[in-house]
Amino acid sequence: MILNGKTWKFGNDVDTDAIIPARYLNTSDPNELAKHVMEDADAEFPQKVKKGDIIVAGKNFGCGSSREHAPIAIKAAGIQGVIAKSFARIFYRNAFNIGLPIFESAEASEKIHEGDIIEIDADNGIIKNITKNEQYSVKPIPPFMQELIAAGGLIEWTKRRLKERAS
Amino acid sequence: MTITEKILAAHSSKGRVYPGELINARVDLILANDITAPIAIQEFKKIGAKDVFDRKKIALIPDHFAPQKDIKAAEQCKILRDFSGEHKLELYFEVGRMGVEHALLPEQGLVAPGELIIGADSHTCTYGALGAFATGVGSTDVASAMAIGECWFKVPETIKFIYFGKLNKWVGGKDLILHTIGDIGVDGALYKAMEFEGEVIRNLPMHGRLTMCNMAIEAGGKSGIIVPDSITEEYVKERVKRHYTVYNSDSDACYEEIREYDCSKIPITISCPHSPANTKPASELSHIWIDQVVIGSCTNGRLEDLREAASIIKGKKVNPNVRMIVIPATQLIYKQAMIEGLIEIFIDAEAVVSTPTCGPCLGGYMGILSKGERALATTNRNFIGRMGHPESEVYLCNPAVAAASAVTGRITIPQELGM
Repeated sequence: MILNGKTWKFGNDVDTDAIIPARYLNTSDPNELAKHVMEDADAEFPQKVKKGDIIVAGKNFGCGSSREHAPIAIKAAGIQGVIAKSFARIFYRNAFNIGLPIFESAEASEKIHEGDIIEIDADNGIIKNITKNEQYSVKPIPPFMQELIAAGGLIEWTKRRLKERAS
Repeated sequence: MTITEKILAAHSSKGRVYPGELINARVDLILANDITAPIAIQEFKKIGAKDVFDRKKIALIPDHFAPQKDIKAAEQCKILRDFSGEHKLELYFEVGRMGVEHALLPEQGLVAPGELIIGADSHTCTYGALGAFATGVGSTDVASAMAIGECWFKVPETIKFIYFGKLNKWVGGKDLILHTIGDIGVDGALYKAMEFEGEVIRNLPMHGRLTMCNMAIEAGGKSGIIVPDSITEEYVKERVKRHYTVYNSDSDACYEEIREYDCSKIPITISCPHSPANTKPASELSHIWIDQVVIGSCTNGRLEDLREAASIIKGKKVNPNVRMIVIPATQLIYKQAMIEGLIEIFIDAEAVVSTPTCGPCLGGYMGILSKGERALATTNRNFIGRMGHPESEVYLCNPAVAAASAVTGRITIPQELGM
C-alpha cells in the first residue's frame, strides 16, 4: 500500500472531542460526521481538507472517548491516513478495526511541516518527504494487526472465526 | 502475575500471559450506549451471525442523549430498543430503569470481581474498582464480541500506584486521581493497567475507588484496578448473586513502574482547562469565577457524592450568578437521595435536579455552556468544547468543592465556608 498526499499538522494530545465534538454524535452517518471533522481543533478544517490529504500529529492522538465516530469522521472526510508520534489506545484499535491506516513515527511527526507532500510506503515502513527530500522510518505494525488488515478489518476477521467454529 | 494478568490468563484459557502478548479472551459482559451501540449493531448485522453469543451478557444502556434530547437522538435510542427486542437481550435499560452506565452496572450487581468486561465507552475502566478487568473498546469491537463472545487484547504492562499517609480534609478519590493524572500526564499510563494500592486505598470507600478507576483513561490507561478486600466484599455481597473469583497480585509480580504518593501532601485538587492533567490546588484558584456547577456523571454522581455536596450547601443558596445542576446517576440513587432529604436540600438551595443522564458531561444537553462561560464540574473531562461552545471552559473538581463554589460563585474550598 502506497499513500501519497499533502499534510496537515496538529499538536500533542488531540482528543476525540476535537476530532468530532459530541454535539454532533446524535448521528453516526459518516458523511454528516465528516462535515465537522477536527472542527474544535481548527474551525475551518472541514472546508480546507481535500480528499487524499494526510494528518500528521504529535503524541497521544485520539485520546479521550471511545467513539468510533472519530476515525470514521477522518476516513469519511477523505483523509488517507494519520501519522503520529503515538496513538491513544482505543483510537488505535478503532482505526485498525475500521480500516483507517495509521502510522507511528516520532521522526515523521517532528520533521514534517504542514503542506509537505509525502509518500507512505506501508509495506516497507518508510515515509518519504517529497517536498524536503527526506525519509523517515515507521514503527512496524504488530503481526495480529497485520492479520486484521489482511482479513479486511475486524468484521471480516470475525466472520472467518465464526466459520471456523461452525466447521 | 499481577491481578490483571491473572484475569486475562483465566479468560484466555492460558496458564500464564505476558505483557505485550496479543490474546483472544472470553468476555463476561459487553456494554454499549446510545452513541456507540448504533454503529455496533450496524456492524454486527454485517457479520451475518444468527444470534448474539449470549443474550444475558449484553447490556445496552441509552444514557448519553437520553431521555431522548431530539429526533436524531431518539432514532439512535430506538435502534437499541429494537435490537434488544429482536434478540431478547436481558440487559436493556429503558428510560425509567436506566442510569449512567458505569454507576448502574456495579449498583445492579452486573459486574463482579475477577470478571472481564468490555464496553464501547472509554470509562468502562470504572469496574476495576471491584477487582475486575474492564476496558473501553470501540463499536466494531463490541459488534465482533456480540457475535463470538471474545475480544482481542494486548496484555498491558502494569504501573503500581501506592498511596500512603493521612488524607487531608475534603480530599477523596477524585483528588487522588486528579493529582495522579497531573503527575504523570494524559498519556502517562498509555496502554498500561493502573493498579491502585496502599493504606489509603485500603481505607477508601467504594465510591472513591470507583471514581479513581473511572478516570484511569484520563491518564491513557487501559484499565484501573484495585485488588478486592473487605470493602469490595461488603459492596458486592448484597448485589452479586452469581459465583465470582477473587484474584490478587503475587508478591513477585512484575511492574513496569511503582509510584508512591504521600497523601498528606495531596491538596484538594482541580483540573484546569483544557486538560485533566492541568492540575492545581483548589486553594490557589479562589479568583476563578464560574457560571455553572454540575454535580453528577459516572465519575461523581453516586449517593455519597450527593451526600457530600448536600452537607455543604444545606441551608445556603446558590449564588445568583450561578446555575447549579445536580444529576443523580441512577434511579436508585435519585430515590435514596429523595428519602434522605438531599433533593429537598438542593431545591431549597435553588439548584435544579435532573433525571439520570450523561447530558452536560459531554456537551450533550441539560446544561450546555455558551461562548465565554465557565463551568466547575465533578465530571471527568475538560477538553476544548467538552461542555458546549469551543470557547467555554470546564474545571474539574470533587463534589464538596463544587457545592461550596456554587454558593460563592467562584472556586471555593469548603474550609472557606467554615466547613
